[in-house]
Amino acid sequence: MLLDALLLQLGYNATLVALGAASLGVAAGATGTFLFLRKRSLVSDAISHATLPGIGLAFIVMVALGGDGRWLPGLLAGSALSALAGLVCVNWLTRNTRLAEDAAIGAVLSVFFGAGIVILTIIQTLSSGRQAGLESFLLGSTAGMLFSDALTLAIGGALVLALALVLRRPMIQVAFDPGFAETTGISVSRTDFLTMTLVMAITVVGLKIVGLIMIVALLIIPAVTARFWSNRAEHVVALAGLFGGLAGYVGAAISATAPALPTGPIIVLIGFALFAASLLVAPGRGVLAAAWRYRRFQQRLHLRQGLISLAQGQPVYERLTRRLLRREGYLRADNVITDEGRARAATVLRDEARWQAVRRSDSLALLAQQDDGMTDIASVLTSDQLAEIDARIGGPKAVTP
Amino acid sequence: MIGAEFVALSLPPLLIGTFAAIACALPGNFLVLRRQALIGDAISHVVLPGIVVAFLVTGRIGTWPMMLGAAGAALISVALIELIRRLGRVDAGAAMGVTFTAMFAGGVLLLEQSDTSSVHLDVQHALYGNLESLIWLEAAGWKSLLDPVALAALPPELTRIAITLVAVIAFIRLLWRPLKISTFDEGFARAQGIPATLLGLALVVTAAAAAVAAFDAVGSIIVIAMFICPPAAARLMTQRLEAQIWWSVAFATLSAVLGYVLAGYGPLWLGGQNSVSAAGMIATVSGMILAAAALFAPHRKAS
Repeated sequence: MLLDALLLQLGYNATLVALGAASLGVAAGATGTFLFLRKRSLVSDAISHATLPGIGLAFIVMVALGGDGRWLPGLLAGSALSALAGLVCVNWLTRNTRLAEDAAIGAVLSVFFGAGIVILTIIQTLSSGRQAGLESFLLGSTAGMLFSDALTLAIGGALVLALALVLRRPMIQVAFDPGFAETTGISVSRTDFLTMTLVMAITVVGLKIVGLIMIVALLIIPAVTARFWSNRAEHVVALAGLFGGLAGYVGAAISATAPALPTGPIIVLIGFALFAASLLVAPGRGVLAAAWRYRRFQQRLHLRQGLISLAQGQPVYERLTRRLLRREGYLRADNVITDEGRARAATVLRDEARWQAVRRSDSLALLAQQDDGMTDIASVLTSDQLAEIDARIGGPKAVTP
Repeated sequence: MIGAEFVALSLPPLLIGTFAAIACALPGNFLVLRRQALIGDAISHVVLPGIVVAFLVTGRIGTWPMMLGAAGAALISVALIELIRRLGRVDAGAAMGVTFTAMFAGGVLLLEQSDTSSVHLDVQHALYGNLESLIWLEAAGWKSLLDPVALAALPPELTRIAITLVAVIAFIRLLWRPLKISTFDEGFARAQGIPATLLGLALVVTAAAAAVAAFDAVGSIIVIAMFICPPAAARLMTQRLEAQIWWSVAFATLSAVLGYVLAGYGPLWLGGQNSVSAAGMIATVSGMILAAAALFAPHRKAS
């Protein structure tokens, strides 16, 4: 069943939804990355909640003009306008009052959302027969999605994605170093506004599928996930698009397999699963990789301290150190040093003497700052310098326990 | 308007709305100053999965299971945000966004999966509450306020939010000095021997308790609005924390009363027949107050 869904064999509507959700996911993931790198992820929360009054007002206006209140492009245009108003409010409050951005975001999202709910209740009383459907923008709904809806999604997503790719250079520059970007002639405020406009466009396009509360997840989660896998901004953008598309596609497919699996939440949860997996296993920034690095560091440090002790004829009692020394073959089972251990200890001791010589030397003392107990001296000094030091302090001395 | 009908139909929701607004605005003052305003946003989103899980575990809509479930979800979300921030080296805003959207999605999914058709539990209710339906049918007029039999039939939400409000006031009153010091200068607070981390956590727990109790009666939208709008407007009115607290209480009360009245009677004045969502209107009024403060308040600019 799931395989059928993933291979788009579950009928026309399921196929439309899966493809629409995938294109939305790609566009949202890539666009959200710029927001995330700018450390303003939660502005999207304000933008998405601010769409609600626009949807309601657009409905009222369209009904008043004698049209069908549920015409999708009209509703989306209304939501875009009110999202823009919300965005302007956040910016104005942050810039012109002493309030911090988080307070501005929270104020705008709650007030716009509250006003939207007031308008929805007005609509319920205006035309009781025709109000159905507007609530679906809260949590999204994909039942009865039309071909034209899917087309709107695909074209809108592609358009935003293309714009994001065109504008990626200034947006990345502003995200990493706004001061420097300003000196190179990029207007920070205009670039920020462009980023937000793209986010707003994605929000409006995605309202129909995942709803305004969870569209935020599609903007934030793929970007955070992708950040675990790369340190290069362009790669993060591409990966975020990939993760977002994957979450959209797989989520829509899974939700098509059973009636009680709403599309929006499933997409968000798939995205979260990708995030959790990346948090654990990603190389470099992942938790497991960090734990492994820590363990390696601990082992090298213990081994070195153990060898220095052995070289100076002191017994080693610490159990982890003994185990490590035995595993490397430097100690026998009865804790007597082996020949190999003696040779290694002599090397470590000589390196220690070399570092001391470097520290005393006038010309090389600065280099000695790199001695953290773990760095190989041969990677800091040239072989000529080493030879000169060795000539001064003599070669390795035999270790006698 | 001021008669038996008012006491029965409007007084309880008015009081519940006002108490809820103040209970959220009080901790909101500190959250806004500490730049943690969006914690309230996150908490109010994760209350939904907490309540759904509590319902699935106990199989019924009870007060205490719901409160405990919601409080548990709030604590889990705060822990998760901190975990993601530390382990993943992600900025706080993004960590928050990841956590609360995922937990909210989980809540919606659980709700769809479980059979909740027999009970009153749905997303719309969670978002805008049912302030208008909290009426006191036994009241026969003002004298009912002194009648123990009628008082026993007061909506239970009123008692709950009143107790929560007292607890919130007690928390802030008792820990006033350490709270104030650690909010403005955490390093100095630590040097004075104040456990700043613990105090910060206690503040978040208090905010969560206020959010959960208010959420039960008025829905999450008021909760977020009251955490942020009255304290933010009060912040623009004064430079002193004491005065700011009083301003925020005044703004919260004004929003609740004016919002309720406008929602209930506004449409009638304009010639309509039905009232609009009181929760939405209260949030809107608080936004108007903030807008007015941002335009005209004496301390609106950073000095």
